[in-house]
Formats: sequence, structure tokens, C-alpha cells
Amino acid sequence: MSGFPWLTVLAATPLVGSLVLLALPRRDGNPARLVALAISLGTLGLALAVAVGYDAGAGMQFREEHSWIAAFGAHYALGVDGIGLTLVLLTAVLTPIVILASWHDGDNGRYSVNTFFAWMLGLEGLALGVFEATDVFLFYVLFEATLIPLYFLIGGYGGPQRSYAAVKFLLYSLLGGLLMLASVVGLYAVSASSSFGPTYLLSQLSQVPMSESTGRWLFLGFFIAFAVKAPMWPVHTWLPDAASEATPGTSVLLVSVLDKIGTFGMIRFCLQLFPEASRWASPVIIALAVFSVLYGALLAVGQNDIRRLIAYTSVSHFGFIVMGIFAFTTQSAAGSTLYMFNHGISTAALFLVTGFLITRRGSKFITDYGGVQRVAPVLSGLLLLAGLSSLSLPGLSTFVSEFLVLAGTFTHSVTAAVLATLGIVLAALYILLMYQRTMTGPVRADNAGIRDLGVREVAALAPVAALIIGLGFFPQPLLDVINPTVRDTLHQVGVSDPPPDVPVSAAPRGAGP
Amino acid sequence: MTVLAQPQFTSPTIEYSVLYPLLIVFGAAAAGVLVETLVPRPRRYLVQVVLAVGGLGAALAGTVLVALNLSVAAGNVSARGMVAAEGAVAVDGPTVYIWGVLLVLSIISVLLFAERRLEGGVTAFAGQAAALPGTEAEREASTRGVEHSEIFPLALFAVGGMMLFPAASDLLTMFVALEVLSLPLYLLCGLARRRRLISQEAAVKYFLLGAFSSAFFLYGIALVYGYAGSFTLAGIDRAVSDRVGGQNLLLAGMALIAVGLLFKVSAAPFHSWTPDVYQGAPTSVTGFMAACTKIAAFGALLRVFFVGFGGAQWDWRPMMWVVAIITMVVGSVIALTQTDVKRMLAYSSIAHAGFLLVGFAGVFTGSGNGTGVTSLQSILFYLTAYGFATIGAFAVVTMVRDAGGEATHLSRWAGLGRESPVLAGVFAFFLLAFAGIPMTSGFIGKWSVFSAAWSGGAWPLVVVAVIMSVVAAFFYVRVIVLMFFSDPVGEGPTVAVPSALTAGVVAVAVAATAVLGILPGPVLDLAQHAGAFVR
Repeated sequence: MSGFPWLTVLAATPLVGSLVLLALPRRDGNPARLVALAISLGTLGLALAVAVGYDAGAGMQFREEHSWIAAFGAHYALGVDGIGLTLVLLTAVLTPIVILASWHDGDNGRYSVNTFFAWMLGLEGLALGVFEATDVFLFYVLFEATLIPLYFLIGGYGGPQRSYAAVKFLLYSLLGGLLMLASVVGLYAVSASSSFGPTYLLSQLSQVPMSESTGRWLFLGFFIAFAVKAPMWPVHTWLPDAASEATPGTSVLLVSVLDKIGTFGMIRFCLQLFPEASRWASPVIIALAVFSVLYGALLAVGQNDIRRLIAYTSVSHFGFIVMGIFAFTTQSAAGSTLYMFNHGISTAALFLVTGFLITRRGSKFITDYGGVQRVAPVLSGLLLLAGLSSLSLPGLSTFVSEFLVLAGTFTHSVTAAVLATLGIVLAALYILLMYQRTMTGPVRADNAGIRDLGVREVAALAPVAALIIGLGFFPQPLLDVINPTVRDTLHQVGVSDPPPDVPVSAAPRGAGP
Repeated sequence: MTVLAQPQFTSPTIEYSVLYPLLIVFGAAAAGVLVETLVPRPRRYLVQVVLAVGGLGAALAGTVLVALNLSVAAGNVSARGMVAAEGAVAVDGPTVYIWGVLLVLSIISVLLFAERRLEGGVTAFAGQAAALPGTEAEREASTRGVEHSEIFPLALFAVGGMMLFPAASDLLTMFVALEVLSLPLYLLCGLARRRRLISQEAAVKYFLLGAFSSAFFLYGIALVYGYAGSFTLAGIDRAVSDRVGGQNLLLAGMALIAVGLLFKVSAAPFHSWTPDVYQGAPTSVTGFMAACTKIAAFGALLRVFFVGFGGAQWDWRPMMWVVAIITMVVGSVIALTQTDVKRMLAYSSIAHAGFLLVGFAGVFTGSGNGTGVTSLQSILFYLTAYGFATIGAFAVVTMVRDAGGEATHLSRWAGLGRESPVLAGVFAFFLLAFAGIPMTSGFIGKWSVFSAAWSGGAWPLVVVAVIMSVVAAFFYVRVIVLMFFSDPVGEGPTVAVPSALTAGVVAVAVAATAVLGILPGPVLDLAQHAGAFVR
């Protein structure tokens, strides 16, 4: 706040770190791992410092603003609000965990271990930049730039079909990204003819007058890009492929952090820049979101590949998040934001635990497992915890957010809320079936050799487990940060919570004698 | 007895003070021809290289000086400069910008021409072009290590023509410039040291089709003269604005002139020469041609249509929309099936012509409050970005070799990322720039032409361009996949270590692509400062 560019330093630390890693000698991988871990922990420290200095309710903070490309009206402008801060924290928390968990995953890749961790840190830096950007142009540049490290992480270090998965991922993202480019260009044209002159600053763009049809077209460009990223049905098909081919760590970064850009972008850009168009599109989007919830859940039930299963659960969960955003109630939107954080944590746990399991057995198919609980109790216990958090068991963090989303949606549309609730039932089915088939029952002969988790693996998962349980009981600190921002955003959209059917003041009187 | 009709002869005024960069280049080219006759063979190479680079460098310095001294043109506040040489050459903001970019790119191209280490001590050009391929004479020439140092003056003549082409302010001068730039290029295309037959085939094809398109251009000039009664763009503009009769003449003339110019920018459906010529020509010439010809031709296209036919833009804009769409589709879609890296880059160059035409068809000359990226500014920037990346990419192609010379078949590029991560990374970077990924110059270029088109009301064209960008991205990514994620088939390609010349060119191209992608402000300002065309 005192003029020190906290956010620049925060995003630049991992980026510089990735260059340092590339400069390290390749002969021995160990220093690279430790350096990567140290840098990501340093980034986490910086992120925590920002969180401590953040004043909930004071709007956009830690602002930095410099003119970048004057002809385009693009600025190097950073800042965090409650939603941005939540996702910055998520990114900063998950990266060290992923690095610790992926300790040996870079060994058998196409390129060196240094490169593996360098891409990861590069991805972290770009993702932090995306969540901090308050200029549409800067956001777009960073948004597209995240594709490159992710592309190389999937294509360089994944399973046998990795090349196909990487290209599919890239093309889907580019298609969405370039449609968004058309809208970004359109925003420029709109702002250039306004009284502000060409500008991409979010704070100014949200005041630029825009005709109804222009706003709707531009909204569509942004929304489709974010829907591909999120991913929503019907543009989700790249996710199962990417998640099943990438290493577990990459999948965590992809699903838990990068995909959040999609939902983050919907709140930050779709809602704030195009309030009218958002209201116009919300019925269709909620319908698509509900469909995603059910479709993702149904397909997850039918999966035999553990990683594809988790990918489909994410499609389902992202449906909840999108539904909450476009239900336009304080509760549902706050729930969605909290859900982004919690889903990130819980999916990270799922991907990492199953990743450890898959590395041990060498197969990702559920039918190859049975009775692992007996030989690896810690592993199976953590899988159960992660699974329960994915199905939103009360007492775990995701329950709070899912409940808020559903409660908020209920006041907006009873049908959507009821249908989406079916998704919770299906969630119990896909998680518990997977757990039952892999962990319980007699130990299969070919599963007897599965070792339990080592110290490093437990150390990587411990913080995640602590967050899942801790935030389940005490989500208030995060909600305190999120709620004011959500209220501001919904105010911008021009909607207010529907009034309760029963007047609040009437209740006590009616109950009296 | 008095002479009643005394012949009135006033000598033309030539403004040497603004035209001298052009004259320096032509002078250096002529001096290069003399060097061929006067300097003994062993020393010619060095003398020619120094002369060419020196001449181009001096012209560049002159261009900067001319640019600094341009004054605001009479009657048009947004344009600076003057029409010199009795209305034949316009030296204005866009002209000097194009001159500057052309000269910088020509200098680095000449450095590529001068590369000798890759071919084992000789240049990549035929030792004796007159010797038939496969004959004793050719073998003798190659064992003696003969080389043609005429390529340097030829390149200088071409550069001179390229400088005159976008500056020409009357159609006849423009035609002369077109021929001056084309003839040396036809020759250069046929001079490859390896695979000489395909190189000669390229030259013949280029020459025949080029001559054909020149004829179209000339016929168009004649028709437009018939309509306007003037060769100068200002005179044509006046006739168009006054709506003198004979619209059919004007329309036919415009269409034919467009054919000639669109041929040079390799826009579909006048693109069919591009893949063959790009593939057959010596790779350094391909890079030079791809970058510099496109810049010069787009400069001329913009000048003719914005200045001369500006008043008739509602007549030609629909045509340009169609051409832009066809060009993008043809370039992007056919590139998908290419198996030769040079042919792929040729189709990529066609696709880029399409993207440039999107900005052109937008015809956005600035909003009321004087802000906004104009069509001219965006195209100038795009050309700059594209020029550096193109020369860099072709320079990389010269380095990937096997026993038969350059290994241009894409299957030979598999696994290059293992063989030489740096070179493959550099090539991937250029491909990402072509694809328009942020943080590269290509992204800013695409952004600016799209925004100019959108501001000019051509948003459907922008949507098509965006979709075609995805298709184009696919074939660029395919090459990246091939280099980084595929295993080499058989014995992989080798990456030859070039001399400092090629290495330096690649370094400059990478630096320009990165800087124009991250901090494009200064160059954009320069392009904006170029202002409008003088009339």
C-alpha cells in the first residue's frame, strides 16, 4: 500500500524463479526441486503478506497503474479485490503442494527436471498475473500466455496420448481465446469512440456506454472463451483428455487453478462489463450450467479411468459455480467464489492422492484395483477425505460453498436448484463407487505390493487436508473477504436479492398470541 | 522573322534533398555492377558485401534524416511530406516509414545472402548460373568454388524498386518501379546452388505469372487514364471526386490495377505462384522476398486505393472484403496439408496477406477525436512485425540440413527439439508470432489490424479472421508438436552451425519479435506519426 509494487513482485517471483531454474545445471535434478519449492514457498509468503494487508470491504487494492501501449489504451494495471485475492491465495497455496507432490514426475519426461519445474513456476506467475490484472488487454495477454507452459507440461511430461491431449487442449483454448480477442478488439472500438478515448482499464470500461446489441455480442465472445476454459458442456471435451494424460501435478494446476480463470473471468468481466447482456443471457447460461452439473456427474459415474472420472466431476462442479454466478444473488455468487477456492483444494487432493496410487500400481483403471485400504491405510484414508470433500459432505469445506450456491439459486429459480441438487446425489454415487471398488474388499494379488504414502507425500497432502477440514468448520474469514466484493459486483449488474416471501417483521407478530 | 512558337522547355525540378536515399541505393547497385568488371574475382565477395551493406546503411541514415525534416503538407494537417519530382514520387510519412523498415530488413537479408559457412565456404547461390544442371561445366564450377557475387547488386536494384514502388505518386512511375523490383527477383529465384531445376522452375513460373500480372496492371493504368485523363494519383482522385462520366472504365481499371497489386502481395486468387516460388528459390531470397516484397506491395496498394481511388471506396470495398476472406481461407486451410516447411511458410504468408487485407478493407482513417488505430498505422505495424519474423524463420530453415542441403521436408524436422532445443525454440517462437499468440509481435499486429477493421465497420470480417486464425494456429502448432513431441524418423536432421552473419540475423529477428510483442509502443507511435498519405 505504501507504493511498494506488491502484486508485481508477487507475480514476478515465480517467473524469475523459472528462469533461475533453467539456468541451473542439468546433471543433478535435486537442487532444481529444492529451488523450485523454495521459490514457490516464497511466493506463498508474499501472497500471505498481501492477504494480511488486504482491507476487506475497501474495494480494489494494491493498485498499480502504468500506461503500457498508449495507442491501444492498454495499461499495466494490477489490483486485487476479494475475489481476486481468493484466487491468488489458491494459486499460491497449491503450487508448493504440487511441486512437493510432483517431486519425481519430471524425471521420465521428454525434457529435463529443471524444465518441468520451470514451466510450473512460469505457469504460477502468469496465473497470478491473470488474477491480478485490472486491464482487459493485460488480462487477455496473460490469459493466452498461460496456454504455452501448460501445453508443454501436458505434451512433454504426460502419458502416451499426451501429444494428442496437448493439441486438443491448445486448440480448444485458442478457439475460445480468439473469439475473446474479437470481443477485446470490439471493446477497443467502443471505448475509442467514447469520451474516455481508447482504454482497457476495467474501472473506465465499466462506465463506457454501449448499445444493447453491441454489449450482447461482445459478451458472447468473452463468455464462450470462459466457458471453454471453465469448462462447461458442450465445450468441455478437452478436459478429460488433458487431465487423464497429464501428470497429476499438471492436472491440479490445470483444473484447480487455470480453469478458475474461466469462472473468475465470468464474474470479473462478463458481469462487470456487460451487466445488461449478463441478465439477458442468464436463463440460458443457468440451463447450460444445470446440464453441466448433471451431465458431468452422470459421465463420472460411468468412468473406469480414475483421472477422467475426476475430470468429469470437475465439469459437474464447474456447473455449480457458473450457476451460482448467474443466479445473481449475494449468497449464490459468494458461494460460487468460495466454491472456486474449495473446489481447487478438494480436486487437488483427489488428483494427488489418486496420482500417488496410479504411480504405485501403474494403472489408472478402477478395475485394476481392489482392497488397497488394507495395504495402504493412509493413502485410502486421504482418498476418502478428498472424495468426501468432493461430494460435499457437511463439515467439509465444499459443503458450505455448495450450500450457499444452492440456497442462493433457490430464491432465483426453484427448478434449477432442484435439478442441480440431483447432482449432489450423483456425486455420492461416483465417489463412493470409486472408493468402494478400489479400496475396500479383499486385497487383490496384484495390489498387495502397493506401499503406503511416504513422508513427502503425506507432507504434501497434509495442508490440503487441513484446509478442507478447517474451512469446513470456519469459512468466515474467506467469506468476509469475498462478500463485499460480491455485493459490489452485483450492484454493478444492477440486481438485488429477491425480497423474502414472508416479511421479516411479520414473523414475530404472527407467532405472537 | 520571329519564332512564333518558341519551344517552352523548363527543366524539371528534382528535389534531391528528399530523394537521395533512393538514389544512394540505385547508385550502390550501379557501383556493384562496376565492381563485377573491375575487381578481381577473389576480392569481389568482400567488396560487394561491404558495398551493399554500406549503401543500404547510408540510405537508412538518409531516410532517418529525411523523416526528421518532413514538414506538414499544405492543405492536410494529418499528412506530412511532399510530392517530389514533378508529381512522380511522394515522400511522406508512410513512405519514409516503409523505406526505413525495408532498409533494415534488406540489410539483414543481405547478411543472410552473404552466409558462406553453411555451404562449406561458398554462398548458397549457384556457382555458375549459365552452366546447365547436371553437366560437366556445373561440376567444374562447383569444384573450383566459383560463386556469383552479382546477387548483391541484383538485390540492391530490387530494394531500390521496392522503395520506389510504395512512394510512386503516378501510375507510370509505379509500373516502372514494379518492374525494377520484379526483374532482379526473378533472377535471384533461379540461382539456388542446390536443387537447381526446381529453382529454375520457380524463376520461370514467377517470371511468366509476374509478366502476366504486370500486363493486367498496365492495362488497368490505360483504362484509368482513359477515365481520369491523368496518371497522377491526385489527378485520378480529382476525377473520381468530381464523378466524371465513364464509371465502367474506372471500375474495370481499378479491378485490373488491383489484380496487379494483389498478385504481388500474394492474395488469393492470385497466389498460385507463391508456394512454388517460395519453395524453389534459395531460402535467403525467399525470406527477403516474402518480407520486403509484401511490404512494398502493400504500401503501393494502400497508396493507390486510399489516395487515387479513395473517393470510390464504396465501389472497391466489397471486392476487397471478398478477396480478404478468400485469401485467409485459402492460406490457412491449404497450409494444413503441406509437408514442406517452405511451402507451409508460403501458405502462411498468403494467410497473412489475408489478415493484412482485413485491416485494409476496414478503411479506417481515424475517429473524430483523432484517436484510434488507423488502417494505415495497423498495416504498417503488422508489416514490420511480420517482416522480422519471416526473415528469422527462413534463416532458421537454412540451418536445418542433411546431406542433400537444407532439409525442408517436415518429416525431417521431427525431434528437432531434442537435437537443438535453442534452434527449435527460436523457430517455435516465430511460429507462435505467426499464430498471433500474445507476448509476440504477431499478436499486437493482429490486434491492430483487427481493431482498425472493426472501427471501420468491418466486424464480420474480423470474426472470419479470428476463426481463420484458429485454423492457422493449428498448422503452426503442428510443427511445434513435430519438433518437440515427436521422435526423429531414421537419422534425424542436423543443425549446422552458421557463421555470425546468420546467427546475428536470427538474434535480431528474435529480439524484434519479442520487443514488438511486449513493448510495441514506440513502433506504434512511429507508425502513427507517419500520418496519412500526401496527395
